[in-house]
Amino acid sequence: MKALSQNRRHPMVGVALLLLGLLLTGGLYSLASNINSASAYSQADYTSADNISDGETLFNANCASCHGIGATGGPAGPSLVGVGAASVDFQVGTGRMPLQMTGPQGQEKQNQFNEEQTMQLAAYVHSLGTGPSIPEDEYLDTDHADVNLARGGDLFRVNCAMCHSASAGGGALTRGKYAPTLHGVEEEHMYEAMVTGPQNMPVFSDSNLTPEDKRDVIAYLKEFETQGHPGGASLGSLGPVAEGLFVWTGGLALLIGFMVWMTTRSS
Amino acid sequence: MGEQRHGDPGTPGTVERAGDDSGNFAIEDPGLPPHRPRITDEDPRAAKRAERQVSFLFILSIIGTIIFFVGYFGVGQLPLDETDMGLIRLQNTLLGLGTAFAMLGIGVGIVQWGRALMPDHEWVEERESVANEEDRSDAVNMINDIVDESQIKRRPLLRNTLIGALAIAPLPAVAMFRDLDNSGNQSDDPAQNFGVERMRHTMWDTGTRLVRDVTGTPIKAEDVTIGSALHVVPDGLLDLEHDKLNQKAKAVVLLMRLNPEDMQISDGREDWHVDGIVAYSKICTHVGCPIALYEQHTHHLLCPCHQSTYDLTQECKVVFGPASHPLPQLPITVDNDGYLVAQSDFQEPVGPAYWERDPRPAEERGA
Repeated sequence: MKALSQNRRHPMVGVALLLLGLLLTGGLYSLASNINSASAYSQADYTSADNISDGETLFNANCASCHGIGATGGPAGPSLVGVGAASVDFQVGTGRMPLQMTGPQGQEKQNQFNEEQTMQLAAYVHSLGTGPSIPEDEYLDTDHADVNLARGGDLFRVNCAMCHSASAGGGALTRGKYAPTLHGVEEEHMYEAMVTGPQNMPVFSDSNLTPEDKRDVIAYLKEFETQGHPGGASLGSLGPVAEGLFVWTGGLALLIGFMVWMTTRSS
Repeated sequence: MGEQRHGDPGTPGTVERAGDDSGNFAIEDPGLPPHRPRITDEDPRAAKRAERQVSFLFILSIIGTIIFFVGYFGVGQLPLDETDMGLIRLQNTLLGLGTAFAMLGIGVGIVQWGRALMPDHEWVEERESVANEEDRSDAVNMINDIVDESQIKRRPLLRNTLIGALAIAPLPAVAMFRDLDNSGNQSDDPAQNFGVERMRHTMWDTGTRLVRDVTGTPIKAEDVTIGSALHVVPDGLLDLEHDKLNQKAKAVVLLMRLNPEDMQISDGREDWHVDGIVAYSKICTHVGCPIALYEQHTHHLLCPCHQSTYDLTQECKVVFGPASHPLPQLPITVDNDGYLVAQSDFQEPVGPAYWERDPRPAEERGA
């Protein structure tokens, strides 16, 4: 203790305290977020009356201000009758809903509801009118015996790559909208996005891409994720824009540095 | 300018003032700056240090070359599992680092050698004087001799037939290049298979079924829900043995369904859609990128190359970007089995900047 009090005016004390504080908050945060995501929830039947009534309570408290009582739509939000449970599971499960603020497009963020609450909301909206359901596990199993990765790649390049980019890193659309990256998106949410067409994404209904087609696409994307980047840094997989920026700033700065060094006189 | 040629490696740094004509200039010629010796010129230990630096850089280059070969042969000889990206990445890293060190080591080393050790006295080298008058007249005489001896002036028949022969000799090449791609011949009428005519037509024809790209399955009208986007090719394209990509590049179509109330339909196109299901060419009319960035709520189609934006509700009119004319629409209908089919080929050529596009408005050209 004596050593501590003697060194309390040491110039490095501030730095040490700062590091300690950062470590503490970071550790606590990762612990807390782990606990949050560890709230395991078994997929319950979203037609049960309990879930529907709990979902209605949650909906009226959190969603009705925009979507209206009974989800019939309001001035700030569309009607949710008939959008289906898949839509709710995608929008709420990825944190896009409730919307943080209005803008060109709702953004992915920290979930506001846990899985059980999401399921209750989905049950309530499902009860208002049938729409696409939450996909069955069979169609999310990327290790399924019938999965054809090459076909999934073909389907991805024809149907998805123009917006989400060939490396699934996402891309820009008009007036502030964008197609998000698909890296790290859960299988369930990929499937639901295809079948419901959230926001400005087109719908890829089962009559366009069959559930097996969707499973191939998802399996391809998951395989893609595990492949890594043989060329080194991926720079966000954004393609020539990121690479060009890197070369023009980093590469040119390096060249200019060499030029300056070559033309200065040795001391 | 005065004499500035001076200096030799033994007596570096002497500066000679400009000559007497320096008074003619507004600013007096300052001559060369005074020469300051470097540390390496004066301190033998510093020179030794610079020598070690340079040779270290050269050794770095040698190590780089060895690293390259370790990556190329060493890692390359390992039994590579094709799914093991880690090893491929390691190999790429070694190849890149090795080449970079090998090249940079030599380059940086030589530059440092020049900066620190080689003599750095200033040296002005005068320009060689321009060739003198005698050489010039020699050359002129030579050309005149050639003209005289070849008799090209006295015998105009020779000259004129030579010019004629040279002028038409390249024409076979033009004909050959024009017909180089003979693979796309489709029509029995040879006149249809050349140049512009071949670009004018696609695989779409009356009754050609619309099928999904990749899977090749035909499409029923009820399969196309509002908000969905289907990527479509003509039936039979996926089975083509050759020229498949060329045909696909001309014929690809994006199929979408709108609420018929939202659509602004011009005269003559009233029956080109099926209950709001519309088919448009996927080839941007700017420089021909495939357009399929469909925003289902704004009904905009965006081209990823140069941000040309087409409004689907206004028959794909250009609302933003460099494209000059709307996307061609494919007239579609439903056949007896309920599948979507084309009524005909496109009524105008697909793709960018077509050179014989009919400039008249639609009603005059009877589209």
